[in-house]
This record gives sequence, structure tokens and C-alpha cells, in this order.
Amino acid sequence: MSLDKDTVRRIATLARIRVDEDALEPLAGELNNILGWVEQLNEVDTEGVPSMTSVVETEPFKRSDTVDDGGKAEQVLANAPEEAEQFFVVPKVVE
Amino acid sequence: MSDLLKGRTGEWEMVIGLEVHAQVIADAKLFSGAATDFGAEPNEQVSFVDAGMPGMLPVLNEACVEQAVRTGLALNAEINLQSIFARKNYFYPDMPQGYQISQYEDPIVGEGEIVIDLPDGETRTIGIERLHMEQDAGKSVHDRHPTKTYIDLNRSGVTLMEIVSKPDMRSAEQAAAYVTKLRAILRYIGSCDGNMQEGSLRADANVSVRRPGEALGTRCEIKNLNSIRFMRQAIDYEAARQIEIIEDGSEIEQETRLFDSGRGETRSMRSKEDAHDYRYFPDPDLLPLRLEQGYVDALKASLPELPEAKKQRFMEAFGLSAYDASVLVAERETADYFETVAEGRDSKLAANWVMSELFGSLNKAELSLSESPVSAPSLGGLIDLIADGTISGRIAKDVFADMFETGKPAADIVEEKGLKQVSDSGALEAAVAEVMGANPDRVADYRGGNHKLIGWFMGQIMKASGGKANPQMVNQLLREKLDAGD
Repeated sequence: MSLDKDTVRRIATLARIRVDEDALEPLAGELNNILGWVEQLNEVDTEGVPSMTSVVETEPFKRSDTVDDGGKAEQVLANAPEEAEQFFVVPKVVE
Repeated sequence: MSDLLKGRTGEWEMVIGLEVHAQVIADAKLFSGAATDFGAEPNEQVSFVDAGMPGMLPVLNEACVEQAVRTGLALNAEINLQSIFARKNYFYPDMPQGYQISQYEDPIVGEGEIVIDLPDGETRTIGIERLHMEQDAGKSVHDRHPTKTYIDLNRSGVTLMEIVSKPDMRSAEQAAAYVTKLRAILRYIGSCDGNMQEGSLRADANVSVRRPGEALGTRCEIKNLNSIRFMRQAIDYEAARQIEIIEDGSEIEQETRLFDSGRGETRSMRSKEDAHDYRYFPDPDLLPLRLEQGYVDALKASLPELPEAKKQRFMEAFGLSAYDASVLVAERETADYFETVAEGRDSKLAANWVMSELFGSLNKAELSLSESPVSAPSLGGLIDLIADGTISGRIAKDVFADMFETGKPAADIVEEKGLKQVSDSGALEAAVAEVMGANPDRVADYRGGNHKLIGWFMGQIMKASGGKANPQMVNQLLREKLDAGD
């Protein structure tokens, strides 16, 4: 697997990360190095081996259906760049 | 067959698949302890998990898992004992995490099916592809400011079930019947309230067209249909649009479209270069969800009787038609009401009274069944009075109107107003004799062969008795007396 400049530009856009045009080529090289390194795993035969989802075989912790949070709009909005009438305010989003 | 559409160049078949998003009934959210009530003040039901604050970890609400499994069982679907939560990555202001926690390759529920009821009493089986759990997003409000969008995260993190059908529907009517039936099932088992106005149930429709018997055409997805009526309009519009494009020699472009209910048309929603690439991957914050078969079996055993089983039972036990039975089982409340009325009584009479008089009066008064001034035992009491001959069916309609108005029991109204049917043969014979005596020429006419006149005599006697004369007895007496002189 090998990434070209266009793919890197696309990934950056999807991740909303601004990457200058002249940085795309070097970044593609770096990412390809990482991919190449990870691809070494393909040398191991994993036929019939179920994927490991956790290093510890444990049951996920579950919560009961109890309301024990919320009611703190002020704290939730504390970091908002802009707020009004207890809403977050963002630039107009129109589909 | 009648579902085929006529184009300029021949016939077309519509192919529809639906993705229904159903909000799970639970007090708290899927991964946090914030409340889910509708209509709270903005951002009052938001935990730091729902707000996507760094370092916050999701913890699965076990009641939501139970609801998803119960729903899967009610859809006759396979329950996957292991399922995996995945991140669906995209950016939108109402989704502060930057990803939606959903299920992708391993959903909690696999293939199932539901039987839909069509208006002609026919049924059709529609396949279910899968059901998975996911978080809802927040709400964007566009009309409070000219250049800004306001975001309320109260809905963020609320549990949704996405229920995906197979592309088994062939008309907007079938799609409507599917949503109606699915909604009924969800409401029966109490996993979703089915309230489309409040957004608890909304559908995305995948629509394509093809020549009958040919391979599937390219589909378009119409997003966020929040009423059955709009869904029908949107599907019909979309199919017609696609047929026109193909008949003009162009091709359908796969895309997401929105239905504009004001204009009654669909329009393109996202440009092509923005095509979605969600980069799903298993959520590292959540371990795979494992269920025991015993847990699933116990939930299965606790499910209530479902609409389809109830419909079959009503048809067999009460001799109802497929159509009547499907109307009566559409809501659990209606079915319970009917069963109380029908218990130990003439079931067809009970069905008629519930479906015509009661539903008619409720509709007119804009009341729901739970607000009905006439309770099921009370309507049963009225039917008892018809059955034992105390009142005629005609008088019963007046008594019912009175019951609906005042909430009084039928027997009291009949007593107070003196509406008891006259079944005393002596009194009826006298009435027959009187009418015959007053109209000798008509009697002669009848006896001369104009037997249709019996209706006129009936009318006179019923009128004279204020509708209280027992019509069967009057009819019998009239025949005896009139025919006696032949």
C-alpha cells in the first residue's frame, strides 16, 4: 500500500488539518514509511485466528439506566467560543 | 403488478429500501447518565461525555442493550452474541466528539423480517438486513440568527436503533405499510414511542428504478423523512424524477437528497467531492459487547404478544377479516379495548361498534382512544342491550351518541329516556292493526301483489313508536296480517 500526494491531501481534508501544498510530498513519504512498517505484520499467518480486541479478557463495565448527570449547561458551555440563550453558537451551517 | 410505473418508453419498477432511526425509550443516554426527556432547556441534559470533552469515557447503558435485543427478537431477527462498537468519523457542529459511536461490521442484530399489511388485506414479507445501536447527534437551530447556527446538545448521545430493511419494497404504499408496522411493533414492546413529530422515529429512503426483471438501478438516498405522508410523496417524486432522467438518455448519479415538503420535491444535498468517507474503526474506548444465550432467551420469553400474532388470533378467535384485524391491532391500546368489548359478546358486532361508531366519534371530537368518554366495559354494556333485545340497533346509535356526550352507562340512558324496545306482541299487534286500518287502500294494493309496500308499513310503525318497536317482530307480524288476507 502506497499513498500519493492526492490521497494525503484528501485525508488531511477529512481530518480538517491544514497541510501546505509543499508539505504534502514529504508527509506522503513519512506516512508510507509508517505503513510499510505496519505492513510487516502481514508476514504473520493469521488464517483462522480471531481478531484480538483487548489484551485482558474482561467484560465491559455497564451502567444502569439511571439519570445521574447533566443539569450543568453553564459548565458544558464554559469553553464555547460563543454562546447565546444557553446554546453553542457557530457560523451558519446550511445544507 | 399494479405497482409498475408507466414511463414514456415503457414500464418501470420502483425498488425501495428503508433505514429507520428509532429513539430507544430509556431514562438515560447510551453512554452517559444524562437525561433523555424531550423539550428540556438547551444543553441542560448534557454530560461531559455527550459534549465530547477530552478524556471522557463512554460507559454502556445496559437498558439500551436490552431494548435493542428485545426489538431484534420482535423482528424475528438473529441476535449476535458478540457485537462491536465502531467510530464513524465526520465533522459536524452538532457532533462534538468528531465521530459517532455506532456499530459497523458486527451489529447487535442481524437478519430478520416483518409482515406488512396492505390496504387490500394482502400481506407481504419484508426482509430486515440488520439493526444496530448508535448515538444521536445534537440539534442545529438555524432560525434564531441570520448568520449563526445555534447548537443544543440535549439529544447528543441519546440511543438510536438504526433498523435497515432489505430493498424489498416496490411502491410508496408498501414503504408506508412497512413504517406503520415497524412503528406498531416498537410501540407494542415499548422500545420506541414512535412519535414522528418529535423525531423519535425518522426514515431515510433508498430509491431506485429498473425495468421489471432487470438488475438493480443506481439508487438515491432521501434523508430524514419525518412523516409517513412526506415519505410517500418523496418516494413517488423521486421515482418519477429518476425515470425521466433515464428516459431522457442520462444516468442516475448516486447521491443523498433532501425532501422539501413545501415544494413536494427532492433536491441534491451534498456535492460529489464531499462524498462521505467515514473511516470506521472499532472504538478503543469500548470492549466488544458479549451477551449470554440465556439472557436473550429470557428476554424472548418476556415479550408481549406482537401485532402479527394478535392479528392472526383475532381472525381465528373472533372471525374478523384480515383488514379489520389489522386495523384493530395497529395500536396495543386499541386491541386491548376491542378485546374487552368483544369478550363474551358477538365479536363482529363489537368490531363494528369499535371501528365505525367509536372511531368515528373520536375522530370527529379529535380525541384519542385513551381520552374516550366511553370506556370498553361501557360500550360492552350497550352491545349487551342490543343483544338481549332491550333496544334496537337504530336506537343504540342514539344511545351511543348520548353516552359519548355524557359518559353515562347505556342502561341509565335507556331507562331515563324510556328507549326500551317494545317487544310486547300485544302492543305491536295493536300498532299493526291501527296502521292497516288507517290505510285500507294500501293494504289492498299489497294484497294485489305490490309486496314492496311492506317497507312503507314498517316505516309507519317504527315512526309511530319513536323507533322503539322491535323491527323483527313488527316485520313478522306485518307479514302474517297482510298475507292473511291474500
